[in-house]
Amino acid sequence: MSLLHLAILLPLFASLFIPIIRRSLHRIHTGWFVLAVPVSLVLFFSRFVSEVAAGGVRMEKMPWIPSLGIDFTVYVDGLSLLFALLITGIGALVVLYSIYYLDKKESLHTFYVYLLLFMTAMLGVVLSDNMIVLYLFWEMTSISSFLLIGYWYQKERSRYGAQKSMLITVFGGLAMLGGISILSLLADTFSIREVIAASGAFKDEPFYIAALVLILLGAFTKSAQFPFHIWLPDAMEAPTPVSAYLHSATMVKAGLYLVARMSPVFADTPLWFYLVSGVGMITLLYGSVSAVRQTDLKAILAYSTVSQLGLIMSLLGVGSLSSEGQQDLALAATVAAIFHLMNHATFKGSLFMMAGIIDHETGTRDIRKLGGLAQVMPVSLTIALIGTLSMAGVPPFNGFLSKEMFLTALTDLMHGGVRDLRTYGTILLVLGVVASIFTFVYSLMLVKETFFGKRNELPKKAHEAPVGMLVSPLVLVTLVVLVGLFPNALAKPFIIPAVEAVALKTPKVDIYMWHGFNLELALTILIFGLGAFLVLTLRKWNRQAGAGLFNRIYDASLVYGERSSTGLHDAVMTGYMRSYLVYIFGFIVTIVLSTLWLMDGFSLPDRASDVTAYEMILLGVMLISAVAITFARSRLTSIVLLGVVGYSVALFFVLFRAPDLALTQLVIETVSVALFLLVFYHMPDISRKEERIKFKLGNAAISILVGATVTLVALSALAGREFASISSYYIKNVYDLAGGGNMVNVILVDFRGFDTLFEISVLAIAALGIYAMIKFRKTGGNPR
Amino acid sequence: MLDTILFISLAGVFLSMLGLFYRVVKGPSTADRIVALDSIGISLISVIGLISILLRTSVYLEVILLIGILAFIGTVAFSKYLEKGVIIERDRNQ
Repeated sequence: MSLLHLAILLPLFASLFIPIIRRSLHRIHTGWFVLAVPVSLVLFFSRFVSEVAAGGVRMEKMPWIPSLGIDFTVYVDGLSLLFALLITGIGALVVLYSIYYLDKKESLHTFYVYLLLFMTAMLGVVLSDNMIVLYLFWEMTSISSFLLIGYWYQKERSRYGAQKSMLITVFGGLAMLGGISILSLLADTFSIREVIAASGAFKDEPFYIAALVLILLGAFTKSAQFPFHIWLPDAMEAPTPVSAYLHSATMVKAGLYLVARMSPVFADTPLWFYLVSGVGMITLLYGSVSAVRQTDLKAILAYSTVSQLGLIMSLLGVGSLSSEGQQDLALAATVAAIFHLMNHATFKGSLFMMAGIIDHETGTRDIRKLGGLAQVMPVSLTIALIGTLSMAGVPPFNGFLSKEMFLTALTDLMHGGVRDLRTYGTILLVLGVVASIFTFVYSLMLVKETFFGKRNELPKKAHEAPVGMLVSPLVLVTLVVLVGLFPNALAKPFIIPAVEAVALKTPKVDIYMWHGFNLELALTILIFGLGAFLVLTLRKWNRQAGAGLFNRIYDASLVYGERSSTGLHDAVMTGYMRSYLVYIFGFIVTIVLSTLWLMDGFSLPDRASDVTAYEMILLGVMLISAVAITFARSRLTSIVLLGVVGYSVALFFVLFRAPDLALTQLVIETVSVALFLLVFYHMPDISRKEERIKFKLGNAAISILVGATVTLVALSALAGREFASISSYYIKNVYDLAGGGNMVNVILVDFRGFDTLFEISVLAIAALGIYAMIKFRKTGGNPR
Repeated sequence: MLDTILFISLAGVFLSMLGLFYRVVKGPSTADRIVALDSIGISLISVIGLISILLRTSVYLEVILLIGILAFIGTVAFSKYLEKGVIIERDRNQ
């Protein structure tokens, strides 16, 4: 266990003490104590920056289940470090924000325990080298996210959102586990590093594609990609700090992290390129169009997050192109993806916090009710303006730079790509531009509808937020501006090492505002122009959205799944013993007969002993009584006939020379007939009515089939007797070893006395059971 | 020779058992049935005796004794049931 392991587990350990702190120091907001954790982690991880920037990696191993090859291996390279700093840095800001956002009356200890749990999980995801450990932390993020979304569990919408996100992300997580299993079988290791090293060897294996698709399923569900994006808008029922942290900056990027991390394994495969870039682009477009149609601030931001994640995903897809002639393009796309990933975390975090402030100070998040807040909330306006302009891609903020790089990557794909990618590149470019226009529209709509226009009646009297609440978003927007002005400062410490980790090559990073007169510039102008026009005419064409198609599919599938399984259950589990017996016997008959048929197992015994007249007569008696039982009118007749069968069996024992069996059979048969008569005597009069058993074709068929099956099996078994019986040993040794003359009894008490012992206990249990049932009936457990 | 005699005897006992069985099925009163069942038990004794001779063995003599006891107990139990309505009386009648 190294310091790195301790750093990952620090939030987990800290969370153990939160309830104690909350109870003993309840005067001080618990968040202040929690704040120490992410702050110290930021300091800890920033120590690695220079080392990683110099090309170094750090790897620490801690055996966990060595016999299975599962070790808790921490691996720090550019990508992991970038994510770790995002997680801890934004985590610190979010904790600071939450101190002012959450009232002390809330159950703060649960909130911070969940949050710290999530922090450990997220750090574990990005720093693990072992895929099983990665999966473990991955599911931990799902669970802690579930807990945080359902934080206000009294609200029905919170529970719905929590359940939805749980179902979808865990579905993806399980798919990912499948992919991991296949990958580890292919590469014979759980270590991502070794999988990457071995990846060239198993590209042609049949299950390679399955691993690819399954891992992508995990990444797409976690990162809210189309059509699995539906859980993210419903996760907005969480407290705003949670939305800002999990659902914009960190957890939803876990899927992006996974795609980036697995890129070296799958990058050569065209399917990977098409799936990642295509799904990302569809998500980008769908999310940006949907965002325009929302009226709730957080819903707009949620769909915006969906669309921005799609943008990064599509860039990662383009970045995975690695055939010759496209390396520069792919590398540039990867740089753009990493850059935008960082930018998005900054401006989206600040926007969510701004939305939380507005909710906190005005009592509503509905943009139809909000408006004209510019005068009362100037600082919030500044934050919102910088965040949204960056999101819309307006200079001089960082969003502009990454958007330019996005457009450059797409135009390069269209121009410079190999011939067969030209059409695809053009489609991507058109989709990307349309999506950017809508991004511009909803970004400006957000500010315009909230801060400008006429002032409406609000649930609370609006005023500026307390300073503490404004600190975190201000820090973030400062970053937005700084990165926008000095983007290349980030290149050496963060972007280059991260891109090296993804693409395994060193990129040339030179980000600048002015590209000269080219297609990208024209497209940017087009985006701004059309976007501005659409914002001004927003009222004319925009319609509010109902539940989208995929939400309806999700809800319908839940309802249908439940209804159909209930229907199946009701149809199968009838509650009648008869149905279950039909299933059991039907199954036995099907299995045994089909086995006999398929294996060609039936054969007739070639030797049989002679049949004597006595045996024939006795058999006749038994057959007649057995058949008569099924046709008997009264139960009394059935009981008597059953007795006849029993006594005939005793006679058979006599004929087949089994005196001990005959003795026992006679006594037992007498007793059980007496018991049957006892039961009959105590039956209610109504069921003593003489009534023939109703004929049912199904019953008849199954009983005949069961009889036939058993007969066939018995005949075949008799034919297949290949070894001599063991009984000669008993015959030889019954007197010499055991000192007895009666062989049956010697076997029962000497050679195989254990069986007898436990049959004695069976009888004892039966006797006790009967005593208990008679003695303790209908008295509520007390003896009468 | 002996086997033929035994076979004839067995056939006779079987015939008588058939007749008794007819009485069990038809018997107008319960008492008729009980007597018939008792007689079937005794016939079974003779069947087993004959079979023992046929098989040249003496191990079935216990079975004969057992059937004798069972038939007796059964008949007594039935008779008591007919007489008193119960077979085993409770002690707490005082």
